[in-house]
Formats: sequence, structure tokens, C-alpha cells
Amino acid sequence: MRTRRSAGGLIQVGLPTWIYLPAAVGALFVIIPLAAILLRIDWANFIPLITSESSRAALLLSLKTATASTVVCVLIGVPMAIVLARASFPGQSVLRALVLLPLVLPPVVGGIALLYTFGRQGLLGQHLDAFGFRIAFSTTAVVLAQSFVSLPFLVVSLEGAMRSAGNQYENIAATLGARPTTVLRTVTMPLVLPGLMSGAVLAFARSLGEFGATLTFAGSLQGVTRTLPLEIYLQRETDPDAAIALSLLLIVVAAAIVVASASRRLASPL
Amino acid sequence: MTRVSTFAVVALGATALIAGCSGSPTSAQGSGEITVFAAASLKSTFTELGTRFEAANPGTTVNVNFAGSSDLVTQLTQGAPADVFASADGTNMARAVDADLVAGAPENFATNTLTIVTPPGNPKDIASFADLARPDTTVVVCAPQVPCGSATEELEQETGVTLTPVSEESAVTDVLGKITSGQADAGLVYVTDAKGAGDKVTEVPFPETSGAVNTYPIAVLTGSANSVSAQMFVDFVTGREGQKVLSEAGFAAP
Repeated sequence: MRTRRSAGGLIQVGLPTWIYLPAAVGALFVIIPLAAILLRIDWANFIPLITSESSRAALLLSLKTATASTVVCVLIGVPMAIVLARASFPGQSVLRALVLLPLVLPPVVGGIALLYTFGRQGLLGQHLDAFGFRIAFSTTAVVLAQSFVSLPFLVVSLEGAMRSAGNQYENIAATLGARPTTVLRTVTMPLVLPGLMSGAVLAFARSLGEFGATLTFAGSLQGVTRTLPLEIYLQRETDPDAAIALSLLLIVVAAAIVVASASRRLASPL
Repeated sequence: MTRVSTFAVVALGATALIAGCSGSPTSAQGSGEITVFAAASLKSTFTELGTRFEAANPGTTVNVNFAGSSDLVTQLTQGAPADVFASADGTNMARAVDADLVAGAPENFATNTLTIVTPPGNPKDIASFADLARPDTTVVVCAPQVPCGSATEELEQETGVTLTPVSEESAVTDVLGKITSGQADAGLVYVTDAKGAGDKVTEVPFPETSGAVNTYPIAVLTGSANSVSAQMFVDFVTGREGQKVLSEAGFAAP
């Protein structure tokens, strides 16, 4: 390892030169497949392919459901993150592990689990069905599947932000007589807002890409449950050019989200 | 490494070829390894046929790769090494032929037709194809892009019955899954899928199904490094024992 003496007299550790080679291999491993898709695009027909009726229906449905799922994740994920980060109760670490499980679970397993919960003969679904409220094969099923897989992303981001922010400002506010709800509203939330934003962006991106749980639980019907990833999977059967064009569309949307969230993160101290 | 093993397989194949041509009184002996790309709906039958073929030809190993026919053709055109291709429909075999992947002419070895499946006991009393169009019935079918879905579309045209499915799945196994899990009232799957699902579904046969027969072709591939064994496997599938296994699974003869 090389060391460098900085102006202030502190010794800064330099990077070993060899590390650039495996790092470059890693970067190429991600970049080359993306370039391979670009090279396969049928540019002459690109616009007709991505603006066909089925493509537009799939993109619109994906944006709508991913937005709804993000809202669901924020509504139930924020309180979960606050409790996990600030409260302490027996079984907390077990609960955290269980809540984060969908992060590592294959989505198809999540889909099967949802099927036996909200499906027509599922744990909760059979009672909902009795009231005439049917989730199977509806857009609601898509939102449920996306929320299930995306929720841990929001909880992890926000909980991490809360832990690294610490609770000294909250304690000071409490010392000055602020009630818990006031502290949460005026101190905690503004402090962790960047963490919440990047968590929400991650949840939105994960929802947009959701495939396995949706396919298993919600079915596939144009305009109702067939989101962009499902449309790509189906188009690939007969029209690979359309599948590639739609893949690029999804890559562009995902890249826009990642760039937006990265610039936000750089702009914030967290 | 790959080069060496490819050479070894080629050498083995050539040896087998020479043995076959040297005018020995016995028929050609299969040997070495063959890779079979077979449609997903052939999973149980081709797994069994592979085992039986290995038993009948000691020293031969059959590896079977199962996927949707369309995926298999894509893999083959991208250079996946295989000796035999068994497709679930003529369209995908034609794609393989057009891409110069097939040696000789494909042979039809089985047919499959659609049937109605319902949850056990047929709670909605579905009795005919027309019953599937009843407004109180939730029906799941294959999407028109996949073979079982194009067969469904053919049946709709032939019978004049228009279905309004709640879902158009991209694989016949997903249709079956929606029925066995009780999510839908009825679905259209292949006879072989219904038979494979046993008592998890109730089958409702209907006469119009003969209007959309799906034919399964099989062929030796040009890229085969062991075309003797590959051809022997094809003959085995189209032969007496192969046909027996297929018919037990619910396939009809071509």
C-alpha cells in the first residue's frame, strides 16, 4: 500500500493500484449486457414497438401500480421503521428479520404466500370474497404484490437514516418540553427526509421491476394486471424485437430513477 | 477444456458412425452423451424416456433441458449445444428449420388437445365450451402468443364462443396453477396437464377440442456432435416404447 502525506501532516491511505483492474471488470460486467441490448434494438421500428396499444397499456399500468405501491410502502413502512429504530421491546430483532425477509425471498415465493393469504380461498381472501370483495386477478393484487416485495427497501433505508442521525436532537426537543408527536413531526422527520426519499425511490424502482410475485399472484391481463415486465416476458415468445425495445424503455426509466436518487443523496448529508 | 471435450465427443460420434458403417451384422450402437431440448409440456414423459433410453443403451447418457419451445429455439439460435429438439408446436420447429438448425426433416411424434379443467368437483357446473362464456364464471387461459393460447383462439373462432378471461397466462402451467389453487372457476389446459394434475382438478372434456390439435415434432440438430445416438433417441421416441409412454401420459398419436 502506498501512503501519501497530506498538507495537514495526516497520513492518507492511497488505493493499491491493482484494485482498479477487478473494479473495472466489475463495472464492465454490468455495462456490457446493457450495451448488448442497445446493439440489438431495431431502431427503425423502435417508436412503433414501444407505442403499440399493449405496450402503452403495460407502461401506464406499471407507473400507476408502482406509484400506488410506493404510497402503501410509505404509509405502513415509515411507522415500522420508526418503531424498529427507536423503540425497544422483546423480540425486536426477530421481528426486524421477519419484516426484511421479502428482501431475500425469491419473488415467486412471495407470490405463493400472497396467493394463500389474499387468494379466493386464502387465509383472509375467503372472508373478503364472502363480502364480494375479490382481489385475485385485479389491479389491487398487483399493488399488493409490489408493496410486499418493496416494503423492506423503504424500511431499511429509513431505519438506517434514523440510526445514523442519532437521537440527540430529539432528546433536546423533549427536554425543552415537546411532546413525542411534536418531536416526530418537527425534529425526526425533517432530519431523515432524505433517507425517506431515497427509500421511497428504491421502493418505486423495485415495484416497477416486480415480476415473479405479480405473475404468481395477480395473473396477466392487458390493462388490468399485465405490467411492463410481464408484457416483456410475453412479447419475447413471438416478437423478440418488441421485448428488447420494451426492455430498453424499462432500463431508461430505472436509470432515471437511480440518477435522480443518487443526485439527491449527494446533495444531502445523509 | 471445452475444446478437448468437444473433440472427445466428436471422436466418439465418429467411432460410432464408423462402427455403424462397417457392415457389422448388429445394428448401430449408441454411446456417449446426448443433450435433448424438449418443450416444457414433455417434462414427465421425456424424463422417463431418457431413463428408459439409457437403460436400453448402456453407456449412453441423456441430458434433457426443458423450457418453453420458443425459449429453446432462441437458446439454439444463440449457439446452445444440443443434439435433439422436441417442440410443442410446428411454428417453433419451423423457426428452427429456418435457422438451419435442423438436420433432415422433423418427424411428428405426438399430438395434444385442450381440455377444460375446474377445481375438484366442478363447483360451477361447467358442462361445455360455451359455459366458459357465462358471465358468473372466471376463466383463465393462455395468452395468444404461446401455443396453448393460439389453440384457444382457434377454438373460439371455430365455436363462435367469445371468452372474456380474467387472465391470459404466458405458460399452460400457470393456467393450471390458478385452478389447483382455486383462484378461478375454469381454465383451458392440455389433456396431458389435466391428467398430470390428477385429483387436484376435475376435467370437463368437450367435443369441439378436436378442432385445434397441437402437433409435436422432433428432429436431430445440425450442431449434434453425436448424431448417431441422437437419431437413435428420435427413433426411440417415435417407436413402440416411446409411443406407449406418451400415450400413458395422455398424448395422442400423430
